[in-house]
Amino acid sequence: MSLFEELKKDLRFAEGLNGCISCGTCTAICPAAEVSDYDPRVVVEIVQRGDDKEIEELLKGDMIWRCGECLSCKTRCPRGNTPCYIVQALRAMSIEKGYFIESEQGRRQLAIKRTVGDHILQYGYCVYIDEVDNGMYPEQGPVWKWMRENRESILARLGANYNKYGSGALRKTAKESLEDLQKIFDVTGGQARMDKIEKLSKEVADRDGIEFSEKRDEYFMKVYQK
Amino acid sequence: MGKITHNKAWEGYQKEIADDKFYFARSCIRQNIFPAAEDLFMRIIREVAGKDIYDDPRQTTCTGIAYHSGIIPVETTMTVVARQFSLMTEAGYENFTCSCVTSFGIYMEMLETWKHHPEKLEQTREALYKATGRTFEIPKNFVHTSDLIYKFRKEIGEKAKYRLTNRFTGEPLKVVDHIGCHYSKIFPSEGIGGAEFPYVLAGLTDEWGGEQVDYPERRHCCGFGFRQYLLKSNRGYSVTNTKKKLDSMKPYKPDVIITNCPGCNFFIDRWQYVISEMDGTTYGEDGFGIPVLTYEELAGVLLGYNPWDIGLQVHQVAVEPLLDKLGVEFDPDKKYLGKDGEFIGRPDSPSVLKTDYKSLKPVLS
Repeated sequence: MSLFEELKKDLRFAEGLNGCISCGTCTAICPAAEVSDYDPRVVVEIVQRGDDKEIEELLKGDMIWRCGECLSCKTRCPRGNTPCYIVQALRAMSIEKGYFIESEQGRRQLAIKRTVGDHILQYGYCVYIDEVDNGMYPEQGPVWKWMRENRESILARLGANYNKYGSGALRKTAKESLEDLQKIFDVTGGQARMDKIEKLSKEVADRDGIEFSEKRDEYFMKVYQK
Repeated sequence: MGKITHNKAWEGYQKEIADDKFYFARSCIRQNIFPAAEDLFMRIIREVAGKDIYDDPRQTTCTGIAYHSGIIPVETTMTVVARQFSLMTEAGYENFTCSCVTSFGIYMEMLETWKHHPEKLEQTREALYKATGRTFEIPKNFVHTSDLIYKFRKEIGEKAKYRLTNRFTGEPLKVVDHIGCHYSKIFPSEGIGGAEFPYVLAGLTDEWGGEQVDYPERRHCCGFGFRQYLLKSNRGYSVTNTKKKLDSMKPYKPDVIITNCPGCNFFIDRWQYVISEMDGTTYGEDGFGIPVLTYEELAGVLLGYNPWDIGLQVHQVAVEPLLDKLGVEFDPDKKYLGKDGEFIGRPDSPSVLKTDYKSLKPVLS
């Protein structure tokens, strides 16, 4: 099956492409187009042409990873297209086909998996204060540093239930809930996609002689911050 | 540009908001960055509006940040959402409210998908049952938490100790409202006021005596960008877009920014610090920033709650200039105390952005 035919089976793609008239409205209001060479109109024009060679280039390139998924394009397109949905379908295919490791931006998916992805299964949420240090996130600034260093005391003052079972902000998620999440990831392909990101990233690391193990290893730091 | 007293354009976009008995879902970002905000929200719903809201210990993320960063398939997110609805069903609730705007977009996307593609709903039911043995009902009413503050804005206004008035000038305070993109840009009919004239926060400003600030980049994204912020190497995307908004609003001299999105609140607060360190620019008066509050934090301040009990000390941009204009009494010496009233040190001062606001200005009149 051609890449284009395969794309058409993705619900996000089917919902996202209704027929582009190339007016450029999406590009004009796109926050990503403003700060990079990303161009949603170009993405939509390429997939609309249905040329597999061009689609493969997209899947192997940086462009599809530049979108910020704010979905401003959905509101404004006069023809009801959603370039962001098309990008979501292309990103999914880029990982499934193993093409994401061909681009610098695509290779950075490992850092997302190792942070947000792993946090979900470890803490039950995408973000957890213990993982957000000022070295990784310097923009957090001095108030965050102060709060984080004194978190037992401050979070108790503010009524959070930090790192304890029960309800409340920043509580420890119950084992049963974490097991539910893991089983959902196993059944629905979430774990498989994250495993694929790890596996193919390791191949790149081995090829390039970069240390690759887990968490914040050398490969992670390379794709996270450079 | 003239002052806005009323804008009829939003009025065509209304939505049904249930009156009572809500199942509450937390936000990944909010409970970390502004850890008192969600409990403040529930306190207002319970104590001011007199309604029932349930905080379930079994809830989890909706996985929205992972989904919008491209590391998990839609089927995974869809099934996690179904589990959240299963918890709601099991707890005996039918109305669901979530604290996160990304989640709001996620839940709406899944509900709309199930409506238009019933086979996806069946596949999700099967996947959830296979994974967890759970079943679920679709909520009768689904809203964002800011919708509830909007719904109960009059009750809050009636019990408020303060109005949005500058006590030094007697003029209404100038309020920038920033709406998270996924509140109504994806499904405009699901947001109060739609995507182009969202009224969910502007309605609070109008009700509580403030003045809306209509600046050119009012609808522009804060610049989260999901993977763009999450990667240190891509973070310029985020700060650039927030700077575009701040530069655009600065000439209107806002007294406060309110947002309804956890990420937006975080970024507009923190990037003010970063921009001041990068090029020396500050956006408030006298070297301070423009305070950035959530909708319930603003409600809490007006209701007369102690600012340090509702977590305003963990904002990077100092909130005291706003408190002073409102006439809110606060004790600067209690800002940095721990749970037993002990002093636990204070944050370092930024090199440019002023944060130390100790003395109240005298009333000039």
